[in-house]
Amino acid sequence: MTASPSILNLEGVSVSFDGFRALNNLSLQVDRGEMRAIIGPNGAGKTTMMDVITGKTRPDTGTVYFDGRHDLRKLDEAAIAQLGIGRKFQKPTVFENLTVADNVLLALAGERGVFANLFSRRPRTAGDDVDRFLGIARLLQHRNRVAGDLSHGQKQWLEIAMLLAQDPKLLLVDEPVAGMTDAETDQTAELLREIAEVHSVVVVEHDMEFVRRLGVKVTVLHEGSVLAEGSLDHVSRNERVIDVYLGR
Amino acid sequence: MITARLLSGRMTAWDVAFLLLLLALALVVPLLNLVPGSDSSFHVSSYMVSVLGKYLCYALLALAIDLVWGYCGILSLGHGAFFALGGYAMGMHLMRNIDGRGVYGHPVLPDFMVFLNWDELPWYWLGFDLFPFAMLMVVLVPGALAFLLGWFAFRSRVTGVYLSIVTQAMTFALMLAFFQNDLGFGGSDGLTDFRDLLGVSLTADGMRSSLFAASAIILALAYLACRLIVSSKLGRVLVGVRDAEARLRFLGYRAERFKLAVWTFSAMLAGIAGALYVPQVGIINPGEFAPAKSIEAVVWVAVGGRGFLVGGPIGAVVVNAFKTFFTGNFADYWLFFLGGLFVFVTLFLPQGLFGWARDRLSSRKGGDGG
Repeated sequence: MTASPSILNLEGVSVSFDGFRALNNLSLQVDRGEMRAIIGPNGAGKTTMMDVITGKTRPDTGTVYFDGRHDLRKLDEAAIAQLGIGRKFQKPTVFENLTVADNVLLALAGERGVFANLFSRRPRTAGDDVDRFLGIARLLQHRNRVAGDLSHGQKQWLEIAMLLAQDPKLLLVDEPVAGMTDAETDQTAELLREIAEVHSVVVVEHDMEFVRRLGVKVTVLHEGSVLAEGSLDHVSRNERVIDVYLGR
Repeated sequence: MITARLLSGRMTAWDVAFLLLLLALALVVPLLNLVPGSDSSFHVSSYMVSVLGKYLCYALLALAIDLVWGYCGILSLGHGAFFALGGYAMGMHLMRNIDGRGVYGHPVLPDFMVFLNWDELPWYWLGFDLFPFAMLMVVLVPGALAFLLGWFAFRSRVTGVYLSIVTQAMTFALMLAFFQNDLGFGGSDGLTDFRDLLGVSLTADGMRSSLFAASAIILALAYLACRLIVSSKLGRVLVGVRDAEARLRFLGYRAERFKLAVWTFSAMLAGIAGALYVPQVGIINPGEFAPAKSIEAVVWVAVGGRGFLVGGPIGAVVVNAFKTFFTGNFADYWLFFLGGLFVFVTLFLPQGLFGWARDRLSSRKGGDGG
């Protein structure tokens, strides 16, 4: 199993909530270093899939392996995050009452224990690392502002900076351009492409134009399973995909 | 030395002012009690020293509550229980110190046990005659209870109002238990008729002043410890727990462990506050477990200002000064006043007295108003 080429491997995953099948025998492989876009109508199971991967939801059946050897069904959110899976939520969630720099400081790979944090000397030594990630996210001039004062788009970027600071092997990004202006969307697409050069990335997105700009392999989800997979042009010629998106 | 280095650059002018004030109080109040004659206008009566000492104990309780509520988002409606447990541990030590001078003159058993026809001390009273052991229990008993409760509650992700209800139920259950004579803590009368502490009579002027000074210094040390915690990286993690717990988990932090650590520490501080309180008021009874007491302590923090550390102590002193005045003059109206104060502060001073005063000062200085 250790030589598995895929960073993420879901096999036959099903999840039900009160009789509603959010995921239905879903199988998905993401290769090391790959960027993958996941699209699908509302209720297709995109967010539930992220919840399963990050340990928030336990699958009823099926297996979820990370890096070929870690069984994610047995780990909690914190353990999975420490393994190297980072997650950006649909709604930007940053620590509103902390400064932009402190948000990144908390995300920086490193101490996660109570006493290690009490006696941490990092607040004064980690400045360079923090600034590097703020620079990538184009937030350097905002480092001492309270995160709650940032614009919506800036919060999205701050969250991406935090993801990078975590130094994950796999990034899960949920609707990164929701609520962004066109210019911000362009910059975000560029930022994600830069990130994908050194990380494996899964992007969930509604915005087809944005997915086209990413130019990566696309997986279409529908009613909790994979409907089609391939390039965006390939999947958008698929009859069933057209049915699902345009209605029968 | 290590503390000094850790705190450099982490303390504000307010912190320094507050600590200096406490040190000044620890020196000046005992001096004014002991040196001028009772006819001098500078004289502070022993009664007044005990009243002020009591306020400082409440201030320490408020500090403990602000640490968990203001910085970690845990609204405890049961901190009075930890306060009372610390108080009972101290009370048990003082009972053992009566040493056969009780009404029944039994060499070992406190009066209430003689009255109940008990033959020997229950096992859980053993060791309390030793001062160091009793002081250990002052922090360990509240700490262990908080650890246990927190372990189950935080691991099961009980948060918000549900956790507040659990803490309220805890203090109510303890109150009912301590009312039972069979439990062995004096039932509804509690523990009282204390004689001396460390060989000195509790009614001696020097003793009152010493207890007051000890309260001020311990409050200052606890304040320093809390400042150290909230200004470290740990403090930022706690704010993260308060504002976006789920986000923090996805960054790899086990939020429940951070909550448990700070919750247990806070309960220990409350226990110390209770232990300092009991010798200064001369009694501890199950009334200290009453849910209303815990809620009142939360009101102190809200009035003083939540999330500054210094706000809790300010609120505790201000509200209790009003309480002393009201209960002496218009006792019937005290609860109306307290309720009105809480509503007023919530509506018009959401940052409490301290937050309001700080903003007023910084805007007058032409600052950004914070």
